[in-house]
Amino acid sequence: MPPTVTLTVTRYRPEQESEPTFQSYEVPFRKDWVVLDALNYIKDRLDGSLSFRWSCRMGVCGSCGMMVNDTPKLTCAAFLSEYLPGPIRVEPLQFFPVIRDLVVDITDFLDKLKAVKPWLIRKEEKTLAEGEYLQTPNQLDAYKQFSMCINCLLCYAACPIYGLESSFVGPAAIALAQRYNLDSRDQAARERHNILSTHGGIWECTFVGECTKVCPKNVDPAGAIQQYKLTAATHWLKGLLLPWGTR
Amino acid sequence: MSAPPHYTPYHPKWYRRRVSVWWWLHHRPYTTFVLRELTSVAVAFFAVVCLWQVRALAQGPEAYAQFLTWLRTPLFLVLNAVAFLFVLFHAVTWFNLAPKAMVVRLQGRRLPDGIIAGANYAAWLVLSGAVTWILLRG
Repeated sequence: MPPTVTLTVTRYRPEQESEPTFQSYEVPFRKDWVVLDALNYIKDRLDGSLSFRWSCRMGVCGSCGMMVNDTPKLTCAAFLSEYLPGPIRVEPLQFFPVIRDLVVDITDFLDKLKAVKPWLIRKEEKTLAEGEYLQTPNQLDAYKQFSMCINCLLCYAACPIYGLESSFVGPAAIALAQRYNLDSRDQAARERHNILSTHGGIWECTFVGECTKVCPKNVDPAGAIQQYKLTAATHWLKGLLLPWGTR
Repeated sequence: MSAPPHYTPYHPKWYRRRVSVWWWLHHRPYTTFVLRELTSVAVAFFAVVCLWQVRALAQGPEAYAQFLTWLRTPLFLVLNAVAFLFVLFHAVTWFNLAPKAMVVRLQGRRLPDGIIAGANYAAWLVLSGAVTWILLRG
């Protein structure tokens, strides 16, 4: 086991430099350390000016996503031992504008997420006295996988389509729209259809499939998009063949 | 009383990296993906050859004989071989992806991916068998 491992980290200090550079740090190697531990070691002991986002250290908050050796990863789940002998290259998530060092601007995603209305919408709300909206385990199973998304944006950093076409709604937002479309308590599938079936929606996806591979929560956004393509195509065909088909 | 604080949105000096034209060469799955997209050219090639064959057939035996001679030239043999490999690649990757788009539930349980892909392969074999039988029965 090596005593230390080198991390090559992107530095971008907009007040100092117009383009990102790399800086190398040597950190102790411990087999129970993940890349995030090494970054925190750098911040605490070597260079307090390094900026990065993190919160929970346990794959729940979705804020520590970065490119580790060119692959989008949650750094709290990327063990140093998997990248020996190093050096390990740590960069900000690709396809997002960089604000500073390893911090990216995710405003574009947040706008798109809001656009697909990821919440339960009822045509008419039940009164409190009528009780809760009940659901069977099978109805829960229909969308549960898509509800596991933690908005870590690894899928966007893995999607070359998003890199090339910034208007693309993107994997996580579509998967979350589908999470509500498939929820038996929701009644707004048609509203979301108008957003999802536009040019920047599902039809922009050419099924690269990498979003599903990098997802740390097994959400399978690629599956969600393809399934929605099938739904949208059926919807279109019904509208074409039967005048009352889409009602 | 002082005036209430006036907030302005934060305007970072973003760094935006342009995506290289060669993005698909840096990562193997991306290369596979672009190759799969390119297989459409091979599919179009087969379609054009098929239309050309129909046209030759309509023009009479001489035109059809000429068409067959063309097909036997080394250029066409190579083009056909390459196009065939591409179409095969297209078909296999397509069938392997099918379970992602098709969620079939039986008695509340989602059918495993293998069964959905397998059903596609089986249909492919049956149809190919039928076409071969029609062509070879004399």
